[in-house]
Amino acid sequence: METDGLNSLRNGPDEHGRFGIYGGRFVAETLMPLILDLEAHYRAAKIDPAFAAELSDLSTHYAGRPSPLYFAKRLTDHLGGAKVWFKREELNHTGSHKINNCLGQILLAKRMGKTRVIAETGAGQHGVATATVCAKFDLPCTIFMGATDVERQRPNVLRMKMLGAEVRAVTAGAGTLKDAMNEALRDWVTNVDSTYYLIGTAAGPHPYPEMVRDFQSVIGTELKEQFFAAEGKLPDAVVACVGGGSNAIGTFHAFLDDASVKIYGAEAGGHGIDTDNGHAASMTGGRPGVLHGNRTYLLQDADGQILEGHSISAGLDYPGVGPEHSFLHDSKRVTYAPITDNEALEAFQLCTKLEGIIPALESAHGLAQLMKVAPTMDKDQSIVLCLSGRGDKDVESVGNYLGLL
Amino acid sequence: MTNRIDARFAALKAENRPALVTFIMGGDPDLATGQAILEALPQAGADIIELGMPFSDPMADGVAIQLGGQRALAAGQTLRGVLGMVEDFRRKDEHTPIVLMGYYNPIYVFGVDKFLAAAKDAGVDGLIVVDLPTEEDDELCLPALKAGINFIRLTTPTTDDNRLPVVLKNTSGFVYYVSMTGVTGAAIKSRGAVGDAVARIKSHTDLPVAVGFGIKTAEDAADIGRYADGIVVGSVLVEAVRTSLDNGKPTDRTVSAVRDIVADLASGVKRARA
Repeated sequence: METDGLNSLRNGPDEHGRFGIYGGRFVAETLMPLILDLEAHYRAAKIDPAFAAELSDLSTHYAGRPSPLYFAKRLTDHLGGAKVWFKREELNHTGSHKINNCLGQILLAKRMGKTRVIAETGAGQHGVATATVCAKFDLPCTIFMGATDVERQRPNVLRMKMLGAEVRAVTAGAGTLKDAMNEALRDWVTNVDSTYYLIGTAAGPHPYPEMVRDFQSVIGTELKEQFFAAEGKLPDAVVACVGGGSNAIGTFHAFLDDASVKIYGAEAGGHGIDTDNGHAASMTGGRPGVLHGNRTYLLQDADGQILEGHSISAGLDYPGVGPEHSFLHDSKRVTYAPITDNEALEAFQLCTKLEGIIPALESAHGLAQLMKVAPTMDKDQSIVLCLSGRGDKDVESVGNYLGLL
Repeated sequence: MTNRIDARFAALKAENRPALVTFIMGGDPDLATGQAILEALPQAGADIIELGMPFSDPMADGVAIQLGGQRALAAGQTLRGVLGMVEDFRRKDEHTPIVLMGYYNPIYVFGVDKFLAAAKDAGVDGLIVVDLPTEEDDELCLPALKAGINFIRLTTPTTDDNRLPVVLKNTSGFVYYVSMTGVTGAAIKSRGAVGDAVARIKSHTDLPVAVGFGIKTAEDAADIGRYADGIVVGSVLVEAVRTSLDNGKPTDRTVSAVRDIVADLASGVKRARA
């Protein structure tokens, strides 16, 4: 746990896994002993220098950290406001920030003597990262992926299969990330002795939100150092996209107590926030509820049934959000705003043409938010986007949308 | 008034037989037929009724109960509607205990205090809320006990001797032993292990212990009913509803399909210790 003083926003979660009223451990009794055991192992690993050393070595030589901080000059000129920077998480091995968390958790799974790994995935980035570390550490893995997502993220499905993972297409519901997570939980409750559930986002029952945040916090910590080395100060604003919110919390956490740094999270606005069940902006368009082990903002109807939501981006197409984001939303430390499918597509194309970087559709949501904010800032100010993933996986579906195929 | 659950277990103890606890999804396959199924259960031989509150994301349920919940929701069922079912049932049956079973979010969104008051008024005797472990007792368990509604806790093969007292602490009515690690409707792996587990739980509590998950036939009921105070059957009943449907609509076989299975299971619990 962080110890930055009583008023720090970085102190969560408490011993019950709560960030304010959010978080907690809302799981079936079968899983409860498992997550208590996981927490105990995580606490032990966190203070073990050997664990830190192994993770650091893997981060450097396997994942390719630190990821560069890049000044996006043409985009800066185009937007005509603050200097635009990218934290290049898309250059990590496997093509996104997801590897940061997977390396940490696979080491934990090994320490715990688990012999099988399961994971849920939306865009497939977490599935690929999980399949990758399972290949490296010789553990069989099963990835649960909504049938709709299997269709729209084909390249990642192939990568997972080539890496040796079993990909199970989940047809329940709308066949997206929520349904994949339900099915992963059903598998876990069945295979409790052998199986490690490698959750990919900073959500789920305690200690996952804390653990995933910790493994992703390397993004913001590096960014802070790199920016200081380049500019001799703190950035004026940081931006990230938020589905479950792992790249976002990883980016934000280092800056939460730096009041001068404005923080923006881009939610999936889909067809627009006023379209019923047509977006996945759980904080802008939802209200608190309990799902998948935690209390958090959820898209739901008046009876508490969870809605499917919609986003062009499979990775953001989830009706909930990590509990720490819900807390930061209520406390107003972070400004969360919806970005529509069309705004994200526009940002996707602009980044590709001006910077020669094809971003993931998820990250393009963050960029679209940056495109709104940067022009309102002074030219001597700086805004940094966590470019969380690369868009190779999206070229086919974006090509379809744009009529290029 | 005496607690219906305690009274029912006391009466069955005098008869020296286990309780037949039957689960149906409230409002499956539609609201009217769901009500008819509910009202047919006591006469068919159900001693205690678990009434499912449908939820969009039933993470601990197998396919049969997932589909039952989807049918009920598609028919327009709500949490308020499930309470209405109990209210209507109570006009005809004052004695059969009803336990609502489901997930926390609909209750949380309804409002815990408002829900407990409405449930008490409707004649609900107990709650089983799958995603509220003892670590979250402040949410609903303690308020429910205060409101005079039993909170029935699930114990599982992963609940070890250290944890068992913690889990049993605020449990009332009966203890629901989940016979396996898995979702509802899967198969029991070891009968012997279930017997040992029931004995282990009984060494920690005086509450009746009912066993559920994976019980499908009268033979299962007779077998497990030898040592358990109750057996819980759900998936086979919900599956019977599904197979009775014609193009998704109930038929004249729908109510009787459930009633026949319950009657058969009732014969199982009656011969369990005979």
